[in-house]
Amino acid sequence: MCGIVGLLAKSSKLRASLGKLATPMIDCMGTRGPDSAGLAVFHEPLDGGRRRFALYSPDERFDWSDMHAAFQHETGAQATIDFSVGHAALVSPAAVEVVKDWLQQHDAEIRLLSVGRAIDVYKDEGHPREIADRYRFEQLSGTHCVGHTRMATESAVSPAHAHPFTAGEDFCLVHNGSLSNPYSIRRRLEKQGIQFETDNDTEAGCRFLEWRMREGDTLEQAIETSFQELDGFFTFLMATADRMVLVRDAFACKPAVAAENDDYVAVASEFRSLAHLPDIKSAHVFEPAPEEIYAWTLSSN
Amino acid sequence: MDPIQQLDLAKLSLRQVNQFLHHELADGGRERIEILNPDGMHSIAVGLDADVAVDIRGHAGYYIAGMNRQARVTVHGNVGWSVAENIMSGTVRVKGHASESAGASGHGGLVVIEGDASSRCGISLKGCDIVVGGSVGHFSAFMAQAGTLVVCGDTGPNLGDSLYEATIFVRGRIHSLGADAREEELTDTDRARIAELLTAAEIGFDPSEFKRVASARSLYHWNADAHQEY
Repeated sequence: MCGIVGLLAKSSKLRASLGKLATPMIDCMGTRGPDSAGLAVFHEPLDGGRRRFALYSPDERFDWSDMHAAFQHETGAQATIDFSVGHAALVSPAAVEVVKDWLQQHDAEIRLLSVGRAIDVYKDEGHPREIADRYRFEQLSGTHCVGHTRMATESAVSPAHAHPFTAGEDFCLVHNGSLSNPYSIRRRLEKQGIQFETDNDTEAGCRFLEWRMREGDTLEQAIETSFQELDGFFTFLMATADRMVLVRDAFACKPAVAAENDDYVAVASEFRSLAHLPDIKSAHVFEPAPEEIYAWTLSSN
Repeated sequence: MDPIQQLDLAKLSLRQVNQFLHHELADGGRERIEILNPDGMHSIAVGLDADVAVDIRGHAGYYIAGMNRQARVTVHGNVGWSVAENIMSGTVRVKGHASESAGASGHGGLVVIEGDASSRCGISLKGCDIVVGGSVGHFSAFMAQAGTLVVCGDTGPNLGDSLYEATIFVRGRIHSLGADAREEELTDTDRARIAELLTAAEIGFDPSEFKRVASARSLYHWNADAHQEY
Protein backbone atom coordinates (compact mmCIF):
# COMPACT_ATOMS: atom_id res chain seq x y z
CA MET A 1 0.00 0.00 0.00
CA CYS A 2 1.09 3.58 -0.68
CA GLY A 3 -0.61 6.95 -0.81
CA ILE A 4 -0.57 9.41 -3.65
CA VAL A 5 -1.71 13.03 -3.67
CA GLY A 6 -1.70 15.84 -6.19
CA LEU A 7 -2.96 19.40 -6.28
CA LEU A 8 -3.07 21.75 -9.25
CA ALA A 9 -4.00 25.38 -8.57
CA LYS A 10 -6.15 26.56 -11.48
CA SER A 11 -6.41 30.06 -10.13
CA SER A 12 -3.37 32.04 -9.07
CA LYS A 13 -4.96 32.83 -5.69
CA LEU A 14 -4.24 29.30 -4.41
CA ARG A 15 -0.61 29.23 -5.50
CA ALA A 16 0.78 31.00 -2.44
CA SER A 17 -0.88 28.43 -0.19
CA LEU A 18 -0.19 25.33 -2.29
CA GLY A 19 2.02 23.77 0.40
CA LYS A 20 -0.40 24.68 3.17
CA LEU A 21 -3.20 22.83 1.33
CA ALA A 22 -1.04 19.88 0.23
CA THR A 23 0.59 19.16 3.61
CA PRO A 24 -2.57 17.76 5.30
CA MET A 25 -3.17 15.69 2.14
CA ILE A 26 0.23 14.01 2.58
CA ASP A 27 -0.04 13.77 6.35
CA CYS A 28 -3.42 12.03 6.05
CA MET A 29 -1.98 9.46 3.63
CA GLY A 30 0.66 8.58 6.24
CA THR A 31 -1.58 5.67 7.24
CA ARG A 32 -1.16 4.20 3.74
CA GLY A 33 2.58 4.84 3.63
CA PRO A 34 4.50 5.42 6.86
CA ASP A 35 8.03 4.53 5.61
CA SER A 36 8.98 7.53 3.49
CA ALA A 37 7.44 10.47 1.70
CA GLY A 38 8.16 13.01 -0.96
CA LEU A 39 6.76 16.00 -2.76
CA ALA A 40 7.48 17.47 -6.20
CA VAL A 41 6.42 21.10 -6.40
CA PHE A 42 6.31 23.05 -9.65
CA HIS A 43 6.92 26.80 -9.88
CA GLU A 44 6.58 29.38 -12.63
CA PRO A 45 9.30 28.31 -15.10
CA LEU A 46 12.69 30.02 -14.77
CA ASP A 47 13.82 32.19 -17.67
CA GLY A 48 17.21 32.97 -19.19
CA GLY A 49 18.23 29.33 -19.72
CA ARG A 50 18.37 28.76 -15.97
CA ARG A 51 17.41 25.47 -14.36
CA ARG A 52 16.68 24.46 -10.81
CA PHE A 53 18.73 21.52 -9.51
CA ALA A 54 17.13 19.98 -6.41
CA LEU A 55 19.82 18.49 -4.20
CA TYR A 56 19.72 16.15 -1.21
CA SER A 57 22.38 15.56 1.41
CA PRO A 58 22.07 12.87 4.09
CA ASP A 59 24.29 15.04 6.31
CA GLU A 60 22.10 17.46 8.28
CA ARG A 61 25.11 19.70 8.94
CA PHE A 62 26.13 19.83 5.30
CA ASP A 63 27.43 23.31 4.42
CA TRP A 64 25.40 24.32 1.37
CA SER A 65 26.91 27.86 1.31
CA ASP A 66 30.36 26.37 1.05
CA MET A 67 29.21 24.07 -1.76
CA HIS A 68 27.59 27.01 -3.57
CA ALA A 69 30.78 29.04 -3.46
CA ALA A 70 32.86 26.08 -4.63
CA PHE A 71 30.43 25.42 -7.49
CA GLN A 72 30.69 28.98 -8.81
CA HIS A 73 34.43 29.09 -8.36
CA GLU A 74 35.19 25.72 -9.95
CA THR A 75 32.66 25.73 -12.84
CA GLY A 76 32.77 29.48 -13.52
CA ALA A 77 28.96 29.37 -13.74
CA GLN A 78 26.63 31.82 -12.02
CA ALA A 79 24.32 30.24 -9.46
CA THR A 80 21.98 31.08 -6.63
CA ILE A 81 21.05 28.69 -3.86
CA ASP A 82 18.11 28.25 -1.48
CA PHE A 83 18.60 25.68 1.22
CA SER A 84 17.18 24.11 4.32
CA VAL A 85 18.39 21.11 6.33
CA GLY A 86 19.26 18.33 3.89
CA HIS A 87 17.84 20.06 0.81
CA ALA A 88 18.98 22.76 -1.58
CA ALA A 89 17.69 24.27 -4.79
CA LEU A 90 20.63 25.41 -6.90
CA VAL A 91 19.56 27.70 -9.76
CA SER A 92 22.07 28.07 -12.57
CA PRO A 93 22.34 28.42 -16.35
CA ALA A 94 25.11 25.77 -16.32
CA ALA A 95 24.62 22.74 -18.57
CA VAL A 96 23.04 19.72 -16.87
CA GLU A 97 26.08 17.51 -17.53
CA VAL A 98 28.41 20.15 -16.07
CA VAL A 99 26.40 20.22 -12.85
CA LYS A 100 26.12 16.43 -12.65
CA ASP A 101 29.86 15.91 -13.21
CA TRP A 102 30.80 18.62 -10.73
CA LEU A 103 28.48 17.20 -8.03
CA GLN A 104 29.95 13.74 -8.52
CA GLN A 105 33.47 15.07 -8.04
CA HIS A 106 32.65 17.50 -5.24
CA ASP A 107 30.72 15.13 -2.97
CA ALA A 108 29.34 11.78 -4.13
CA GLU A 109 26.93 11.80 -1.14
CA ILE A 110 24.91 14.62 -2.66
CA ARG A 111 22.07 13.37 -4.82
CA LEU A 112 20.41 15.25 -7.63
CA LEU A 113 16.66 14.79 -7.08
CA SER A 114 15.34 16.77 -10.03
CA VAL A 115 16.32 19.05 -12.87
CA GLY A 116 14.15 21.51 -14.72
CA ARG A 117 12.89 25.03 -15.18
CA ALA A 118 9.84 24.44 -12.97
CA ILE A 119 10.32 21.36 -10.77
CA ASP A 120 11.71 21.04 -7.25
CA VAL A 121 11.69 17.74 -5.34
CA TYR A 122 11.86 16.85 -1.65
CA LYS A 123 11.93 13.23 -0.54
CA ASP A 124 13.25 11.32 2.42
CA GLU A 125 12.86 8.35 4.70
CA GLY A 126 10.59 8.63 7.74
CA HIS A 127 6.96 9.29 8.60
CA PRO A 128 5.30 11.69 6.16
CA ARG A 129 4.51 14.14 8.97
CA GLU A 130 8.17 14.29 10.03
CA ILE A 131 9.24 14.82 6.43
CA ALA A 132 6.65 17.56 5.89
CA ASP A 133 7.96 19.28 9.04
CA ARG A 134 11.64 18.73 8.17
CA TYR A 135 11.30 20.34 4.75
CA ARG A 136 8.60 22.86 5.75
CA PHE A 137 6.11 21.71 3.12
CA GLU A 138 3.51 24.12 4.56
CA GLN A 139 5.54 27.11 3.43
CA LEU A 140 5.92 25.98 -0.18
CA SER A 141 4.19 27.86 -2.96
CA GLY A 142 3.79 26.76 -6.54
CA THR A 143 1.44 26.02 -9.43
CA HIS A 144 0.99 22.30 -8.78
CA CYS A 145 2.48 19.48 -6.78
CA VAL A 146 2.41 15.70 -6.52
CA GLY A 147 3.26 13.80 -3.37
CA HIS A 148 3.65 10.25 -2.15
CA THR A 149 3.66 8.27 1.07
CA ARG A 150 5.41 4.92 0.81
CA MET A 151 4.82 1.51 2.32
CA ALA A 152 7.65 -0.43 0.69
CA THR A 153 6.83 -3.85 -0.71
CA GLU A 154 9.49 -4.60 -3.30
CA SER A 155 12.73 -2.73 -2.60
CA ALA A 156 14.59 -1.12 0.27
CA VAL A 157 13.41 1.81 2.39
CA SER A 158 15.86 4.63 1.74
CA PRO A 159 15.70 8.29 0.74
CA ALA A 160 16.59 7.30 -2.84
CA HIS A 161 13.76 4.75 -2.99
CA ALA A 162 11.19 7.33 -1.88
CA HIS A 163 8.90 8.85 -4.52
CA PRO A 164 8.55 11.05 -6.56
CA PHE A 165 10.90 9.61 -9.15
CA THR A 166 12.16 11.93 -11.85
CA ALA A 167 13.71 11.41 -15.27
CA GLY A 168 14.87 13.97 -17.80
CA GLU A 169 13.70 17.49 -17.02
CA ASP A 170 10.48 18.73 -15.45
CA PHE A 171 8.93 15.27 -15.27
CA CYS A 172 8.07 13.24 -12.19
CA LEU A 173 5.94 10.29 -11.26
CA VAL A 174 4.47 8.83 -8.07
CA HIS A 175 3.11 5.30 -7.99
CA ASN A 176 0.74 3.24 -5.92
CA GLY A 177 1.09 -0.40 -6.89
CA SER A 178 3.86 -2.70 -8.03
CA LEU A 179 5.26 -3.56 -11.43
CA SER A 180 6.09 -7.19 -12.14
CA ASN A 181 8.44 -6.67 -15.09
CA PRO A 182 10.68 -3.77 -13.97
CA TYR A 183 13.87 -5.72 -14.63
CA SER A 184 13.05 -6.49 -18.26
CA ILE A 185 12.07 -2.83 -18.77
CA ARG A 186 15.29 -1.80 -17.12
CA ARG A 187 17.46 -4.10 -19.28
CA ARG A 188 15.84 -2.64 -22.41
CA LEU A 189 16.47 0.92 -21.25
CA GLU A 190 20.05 0.26 -20.14
CA LYS A 191 20.82 -0.86 -23.69
CA GLN A 192 19.77 2.67 -24.73
CA GLY A 193 22.37 4.10 -22.34
CA ILE A 194 19.82 5.06 -19.68
CA GLN A 195 21.24 4.89 -16.17
CA PHE A 196 19.33 3.88 -13.05
CA GLU A 197 19.87 5.12 -9.51
CA THR A 198 17.93 2.43 -7.60
CA ASP A 199 16.47 -1.05 -8.05
CA ASN A 200 12.96 0.32 -7.53
CA ASP A 201 10.13 -0.76 -9.88
CA THR A 202 8.69 2.75 -10.10
CA GLU A 203 12.00 4.12 -11.36
CA ALA A 204 11.71 1.70 -14.30
CA GLY A 205 8.19 2.98 -15.07
CA CYS A 206 9.29 6.61 -14.76
CA ARG A 207 12.34 6.20 -17.00
CA PHE A 208 10.32 4.17 -19.52
CA LEU A 209 7.77 6.98 -19.95
CA GLU A 210 10.46 9.67 -20.15
CA TRP A 211 12.39 7.60 -22.72
CA ARG A 212 9.27 7.28 -24.89
CA MET A 213 8.77 11.06 -24.74
CA ARG A 214 12.39 11.68 -25.73
CA GLU A 215 11.79 9.33 -28.66
CA GLY A 216 9.02 11.66 -29.81
CA ASP A 217 5.88 10.35 -28.10
CA THR A 218 3.52 12.73 -26.39
CA LEU A 219 2.91 11.82 -22.74
CA GLU A 220 -0.45 10.38 -23.80
CA GLN A 221 1.22 8.16 -26.44
CA ALA A 222 3.87 7.09 -23.94
CA ILE A 223 1.13 6.12 -21.47
CA GLU A 224 -0.77 4.16 -24.16
CA THR A 225 2.47 2.26 -24.86
CA SER A 226 2.98 1.66 -21.14
CA PHE A 227 -0.43 -0.07 -20.96
CA GLN A 228 1.06 -2.69 -23.33
CA GLU A 229 4.59 -2.79 -21.91
CA LEU A 230 4.27 -2.36 -18.14
CA ASP A 231 2.99 -5.45 -16.36
CA GLY A 232 1.59 -5.06 -12.88
CA PHE A 233 -0.59 -2.81 -10.81
CA PHE A 234 -0.40 0.91 -10.96
CA THR A 235 -2.10 4.15 -10.24
CA PHE A 236 0.40 6.66 -11.65
CA LEU A 237 0.23 10.37 -10.94
CA MET A 238 2.63 12.36 -13.09
CA ALA A 239 3.48 16.01 -13.50
CA THR A 240 5.28 18.13 -16.07
CA ALA A 241 5.97 21.87 -16.03
CA ASP A 242 2.36 22.65 -16.90
CA ARG A 243 0.38 19.44 -16.42
CA MET A 244 -0.79 16.88 -13.90
CA VAL A 245 -1.72 13.48 -15.36
CA LEU A 246 -3.37 10.46 -13.73
CA VAL A 247 -3.77 6.89 -15.02
CA ARG A 248 -4.81 3.58 -13.51
CA ASP A 249 -4.09 0.13 -14.94
CA ALA A 250 -6.86 -2.03 -16.43
CA PHE A 251 -7.68 -3.77 -13.15
CA ALA A 252 -7.68 -0.52 -11.17
CA CYS A 253 -7.17 -2.22 -7.83
CA LYS A 254 -5.09 0.68 -6.54
CA PRO A 255 -7.45 3.47 -5.57
CA ALA A 256 -7.76 7.06 -6.71
CA VAL A 257 -10.28 9.83 -6.27
CA ALA A 258 -10.29 13.23 -7.94
CA ALA A 259 -12.02 16.48 -7.04
CA GLU A 260 -12.32 19.47 -9.33
CA ASN A 261 -13.79 22.95 -9.10
CA ASP A 262 -12.99 26.38 -10.59
CA ASP A 263 -9.98 26.84 -8.30
CA TYR A 264 -8.20 23.48 -8.22
CA VAL A 265 -7.89 19.87 -9.27
CA ALA A 266 -6.99 17.54 -6.41
CA VAL A 267 -6.17 13.85 -6.55
CA ALA A 268 -5.60 11.39 -3.72
CA SER A 269 -5.74 7.69 -2.95
CA GLU A 270 -8.67 8.32 -0.63
CA PHE A 271 -11.23 11.08 -0.21
CA ARG A 272 -10.25 11.77 3.42
CA SER A 273 -7.06 13.39 2.08
CA LEU A 274 -9.22 15.92 0.25
CA ALA A 275 -11.81 16.58 2.96
CA HIS A 276 -10.09 19.74 4.27
CA LEU A 277 -9.81 21.48 0.87
CA PRO A 278 -11.79 24.71 0.42
CA ASP A 279 -15.29 24.24 -1.00
CA ILE A 280 -14.73 20.47 -1.33
CA LYS A 281 -18.38 19.80 -0.50
CA SER A 282 -19.47 21.46 -3.73
CA ALA A 283 -16.56 20.19 -5.89
CA HIS A 284 -17.07 17.56 -8.59
CA VAL A 285 -15.74 14.40 -6.94
CA PHE A 286 -15.21 11.29 -9.06
CA GLU A 287 -13.33 8.03 -9.32
CA PRO A 288 -11.00 7.91 -12.35
CA ALA A 289 -11.80 4.95 -14.62
CA PRO A 290 -9.26 2.24 -15.55
CA GLU A 291 -6.99 2.86 -18.57
CA GLU A 292 -8.32 6.39 -19.06
CA ILE A 293 -5.84 9.24 -19.22
CA TYR A 294 -6.81 12.21 -17.05
CA ALA A 295 -4.68 15.25 -17.89
CA TRP A 296 -5.12 18.70 -16.38
CA THR A 297 -3.19 21.63 -17.85
CA LEU A 298 -2.38 24.91 -16.11
CA SER A 299 -4.14 27.87 -17.60
CA SER A 300 -1.91 30.77 -18.55
CA ASN A 301 -3.37 33.26 -16.04
CA MET B 1 -35.14 10.70 25.10
CA ASP B 2 -34.81 12.71 21.92
CA PRO B 3 -35.83 10.40 19.05
CA ILE B 4 -33.26 12.13 16.81
CA GLN B 5 -29.65 12.28 17.88
CA GLN B 6 -26.75 14.00 16.15
CA LEU B 7 -23.22 12.61 16.34
CA ASP B 8 -20.51 14.91 15.00
CA LEU B 9 -17.32 13.21 13.83
CA ALA B 10 -15.56 16.58 14.01
CA LYS B 11 -16.03 16.40 17.80
CA LEU B 12 -16.27 12.68 18.58
CA SER B 13 -13.85 9.92 17.64
CA LEU B 14 -14.97 7.25 15.19
CA ARG B 15 -14.73 4.71 18.02
CA GLN B 16 -17.02 6.79 20.23
CA VAL B 17 -19.58 7.04 17.43
CA ASN B 18 -19.50 3.33 16.61
CA GLN B 19 -19.61 2.32 20.28
CA PHE B 20 -22.67 4.51 20.74
CA LEU B 21 -24.31 2.85 17.73
CA HIS B 22 -23.48 -0.60 19.07
CA HIS B 23 -24.52 -0.14 22.69
CA GLU B 24 -27.05 2.68 23.01
CA LEU B 25 -29.69 1.76 20.43
CA ALA B 26 -30.99 -1.53 21.84
CA ASP B 27 -33.82 0.09 23.84
CA GLY B 28 -35.44 1.30 20.60
CA GLY B 29 -36.02 4.83 21.91
CA ARG B 30 -34.22 6.53 19.05
CA GLU B 31 -35.66 6.63 15.56
CA ARG B 32 -32.92 8.45 13.72
CA ILE B 33 -29.21 9.11 14.09
CA GLU B 34 -27.51 11.88 12.12
CA ILE B 35 -23.75 11.52 11.64
CA LEU B 36 -22.08 14.80 10.68
CA ASN B 37 -18.67 15.52 9.11
CA PRO B 38 -17.77 12.01 7.90
CA ASP B 39 -14.96 13.61 5.80
CA GLY B 40 -14.05 10.37 4.04
CA MET B 41 -13.53 8.43 7.27
CA HIS B 42 -13.55 4.64 7.10
CA SER B 43 -15.74 2.11 8.94
CA ILE B 44 -18.53 4.47 9.99
CA ALA B 45 -21.67 2.67 11.25
CA VAL B 46 -20.15 -0.77 10.87
CA GLY B 47 -21.78 -3.71 12.65
CA LEU B 48 -25.13 -2.11 13.50
CA ASP B 49 -27.90 -4.37 14.81
CA ALA B 50 -30.87 -2.11 15.59
CA ASP B 51 -34.04 -0.95 13.84
CA VAL B 52 -32.97 2.65 13.36
CA ALA B 53 -32.38 5.12 10.53
CA VAL B 54 -28.80 6.43 10.26
CA ASP B 55 -28.04 9.40 8.00
CA ILE B 56 -24.39 10.09 7.20
CA ARG B 57 -24.17 13.67 5.96
CA GLY B 58 -21.31 13.95 3.47
CA HIS B 59 -18.73 11.84 1.61
CA ALA B 60 -17.58 8.78 3.54
CA GLY B 61 -14.68 6.35 3.20
CA TYR B 62 -14.24 2.57 3.13
CA TYR B 63 -16.39 -0.17 4.72
CA ILE B 64 -19.37 2.07 5.53
CA ALA B 65 -22.23 0.12 7.16
CA GLY B 66 -20.44 -3.20 6.82
CA MET B 67 -22.15 -6.28 8.36
CA ASN B 68 -25.34 -4.25 8.78
CA ARG B 69 -28.39 -5.86 10.43
CA GLN B 70 -31.83 -4.17 10.52
CA ALA B 71 -30.60 -0.57 10.29
CA ARG B 72 -31.48 1.76 7.40
CA VAL B 73 -28.27 3.62 6.64
CA THR B 74 -28.22 6.47 4.10
CA VAL B 75 -25.04 8.18 2.96
CA HIS B 76 -25.71 11.66 1.60
CA GLY B 77 -22.59 11.69 -0.56
CA ASN B 78 -20.10 9.26 -2.10
CA VAL B 79 -18.50 6.27 -0.42
CA GLY B 80 -15.14 4.54 -0.89
CA TRP B 81 -14.47 0.81 -1.16
CA SER B 82 -16.71 -1.97 0.16
CA VAL B 83 -19.81 -0.16 1.33
CA ALA B 84 -22.24 -2.57 3.02
CA GLU B 85 -19.73 -5.38 2.86
CA ASN B 86 -21.31 -8.56 4.23
CA ILE B 87 -24.66 -6.87 4.87
CA MET B 88 -27.06 -9.29 6.60
CA SER B 89 -30.35 -7.34 6.55
CA GLY B 90 -31.70 -3.79 6.53
CA THR B 91 -30.96 -1.20 3.85
CA VAL B 92 -27.85 0.74 2.90
CA ARG B 93 -28.44 3.59 0.47
CA VAL B 94 -25.76 5.77 -1.12
CA LYS B 95 -27.10 8.99 -2.64
CA GLY B 96 -23.88 9.57 -4.60
CA HIS B 97 -21.38 7.17 -6.17
CA ALA B 98 -19.72 4.11 -4.66
CA SER B 99 -16.16 2.94 -5.25
CA GLU B 100 -15.11 -0.71 -5.61
CA SER B 101 -16.77 -3.81 -4.16
CA ALA B 102 -20.10 -2.28 -3.13
CA GLY B 103 -22.19 -4.87 -1.28
CA ALA B 104 -19.36 -7.43 -1.43
CA SER B 105 -20.43 -10.85 -0.12
CA GLY B 106 -23.72 -9.44 1.19
CA HIS B 107 -25.99 -12.12 2.70
CA GLY B 108 -29.29 -10.27 2.87
CA GLY B 109 -30.99 -6.88 2.88
CA LEU B 110 -30.89 -4.25 0.16
CA VAL B 111 -28.07 -2.01 -1.08
CA VAL B 112 -29.01 0.97 -3.24
CA ILE B 113 -26.38 3.03 -5.04
CA GLU B 114 -28.20 5.96 -6.64
CA GLY B 115 -25.16 7.01 -8.70
CA ASP B 116 -22.53 4.75 -10.26
CA ALA B 117 -20.81 1.85 -8.54
CA SER B 118 -17.25 1.10 -9.53
CA SER B 119 -15.60 -2.24 -10.26
CA ARG B 120 -16.43 -5.54 -8.52
CA CYS B 121 -19.87 -4.38 -7.38
CA GLY B 122 -21.60 -7.34 -5.72
CA ILE B 123 -18.50 -9.54 -5.79
CA SER B 124 -19.21 -12.89 -4.11
CA LEU B 125 -22.82 -11.88 -3.42
CA LYS B 126 -24.50 -14.38 -1.08
CA GLY B 127 -28.16 -13.42 -1.08
CA CYS B 128 -28.37 -9.63 -0.77
CA ASP B 129 -30.04 -7.50 -3.44
CA ILE B 130 -28.22 -4.55 -5.00
CA VAL B 131 -29.81 -1.84 -7.14
CA VAL B 132 -27.48 0.58 -8.92
CA GLY B 133 -29.13 3.66 -10.44
CA GLY B 134 -26.14 4.33 -12.69
CA SER B 135 -23.45 2.08 -14.12
CA VAL B 136 -21.10 -0.54 -12.66
CA GLY B 137 -17.40 -1.17 -13.36
CA HIS B 138 -15.50 -4.27 -14.43
CA PHE B 139 -15.91 -7.71 -12.86
CA SER B 140 -19.18 -6.84 -11.15
CA ALA B 141 -21.01 -9.81 -9.57
CA PHE B 142 -17.80 -11.86 -9.84
CA MET B 143 -18.51 -15.33 -8.36
CA ALA B 144 -21.87 -14.10 -7.06
CA GLN B 145 -23.62 -17.03 -5.41
CA ALA B 146 -27.13 -15.84 -4.57
CA GLY B 147 -29.14 -12.62 -4.67
CA THR B 148 -29.81 -10.04 -7.36
CA LEU B 149 -27.84 -7.23 -8.97
CA VAL B 150 -29.94 -4.68 -10.84
CA VAL B 151 -27.99 -2.19 -12.97
CA CYS B 152 -30.00 0.68 -14.46
CA GLY B 153 -27.06 1.98 -16.50
CA ASP B 154 -24.22 0.21 -18.33
CA THR B 155 -21.71 -2.35 -17.14
CA GLY B 156 -17.95 -2.57 -17.49
CA PRO B 157 -16.04 -5.59 -18.82
CA ASN B 158 -16.46 -9.18 -17.57
CA LEU B 159 -19.88 -8.91 -15.97
CA GLY B 160 -20.77 -11.94 -13.85
CA ASP B 161 -17.53 -13.82 -14.33
CA SER B 162 -17.71 -17.32 -12.77
CA LEU B 163 -21.26 -16.63 -11.66
CA TYR B 164 -23.13 -19.15 -9.48
CA GLU B 165 -26.85 -18.75 -8.74
CA ALA B 166 -27.16 -14.96 -8.43
CA THR B 167 -29.13 -13.15 -11.14
CA ILE B 168 -28.14 -9.91 -12.86
CA PHE B 169 -30.48 -7.50 -14.62
CA VAL B 170 -29.01 -4.77 -16.83
CA ARG B 171 -30.94 -1.94 -18.48
CA GLY B 172 -28.05 -0.39 -20.43
CA ARG B 173 -25.15 -1.71 -22.48
CA ILE B 174 -23.14 -4.70 -21.29
CA HIS B 175 -19.50 -4.08 -22.19
CA SER B 176 -18.74 -7.80 -22.01
CA LEU B 177 -19.79 -10.88 -20.12
CA GLY B 178 -17.33 -12.80 -17.96
CA ALA B 179 -16.59 -16.52 -18.21
CA ASP B 180 -19.72 -18.67 -17.87
CA ALA B 181 -22.14 -15.71 -17.72
CA ARG B 182 -24.82 -15.66 -20.42
CA GLU B 183 -27.78 -13.54 -21.42
CA GLU B 184 -31.12 -15.28 -20.97
CA GLU B 185 -34.69 -14.46 -21.85
CA LEU B 186 -36.49 -12.18 -19.39
CA THR B 187 -39.48 -13.96 -17.82
CA ASP B 188 -42.61 -12.55 -16.18
CA THR B 189 -41.17 -13.64 -12.84
CA ASP B 190 -38.04 -11.60 -13.60
CA ARG B 191 -40.10 -8.52 -14.50
CA ALA B 192 -42.01 -8.81 -11.24
CA ARG B 193 -38.75 -9.18 -9.30
CA ILE B 194 -37.20 -6.14 -11.03
CA ALA B 195 -40.35 -4.09 -10.38
CA GLU B 196 -40.27 -5.06 -6.71
CA LEU B 197 -36.59 -4.09 -6.32
CA LEU B 198 -36.94 -0.81 -8.25
CA THR B 199 -39.89 0.14 -6.04
CA ALA B 200 -37.90 -0.66 -2.91
CA ALA B 201 -34.98 1.36 -4.31
CA GLU B 202 -37.30 4.24 -5.32
CA ILE B 203 -35.88 4.24 -8.83
CA GLY B 204 -38.35 4.44 -11.70
CA PHE B 205 -37.69 2.37 -14.84
CA ASP B 206 -39.76 -0.04 -16.91
CA PRO B 207 -38.80 -3.62 -15.90
CA SER B 208 -39.19 -4.75 -19.52
CA GLU B 209 -36.16 -2.65 -20.52
CA PHE B 210 -33.78 -4.95 -18.61
CA LYS B 211 -31.74 -7.90 -19.85
CA ARG B 212 -31.26 -10.97 -17.71
CA VAL B 213 -27.79 -12.43 -17.13
CA ALA B 214 -27.26 -15.71 -15.29
CA SER B 215 -24.79 -18.56 -15.08
CA ALA B 216 -24.48 -21.06 -17.95
CA ARG B 217 -23.24 -23.45 -15.21
CA SER B 218 -20.56 -24.86 -17.50
CA LEU B 219 -17.89 -24.20 -14.85
CA TYR B 220 -19.73 -26.15 -12.17
CA HIS B 221 -17.85 -29.29 -13.14
CA TRP B 222 -14.16 -29.52 -13.96
CA ASN B 223 -13.50 -30.07 -17.63
CA ALA B 224 -10.01 -31.44 -18.18
CA ASP B 225 -10.27 -30.81 -21.93
CA ALA B 226 -10.90 -27.06 -21.58
CA HIS B 227 -7.17 -26.25 -21.34
CA GLN B 228 -7.95 -23.30 -19.10
CA GLU B 229 -9.82 -21.61 -21.97
CA TYR B 230 -13.24 -20.37 -20.94
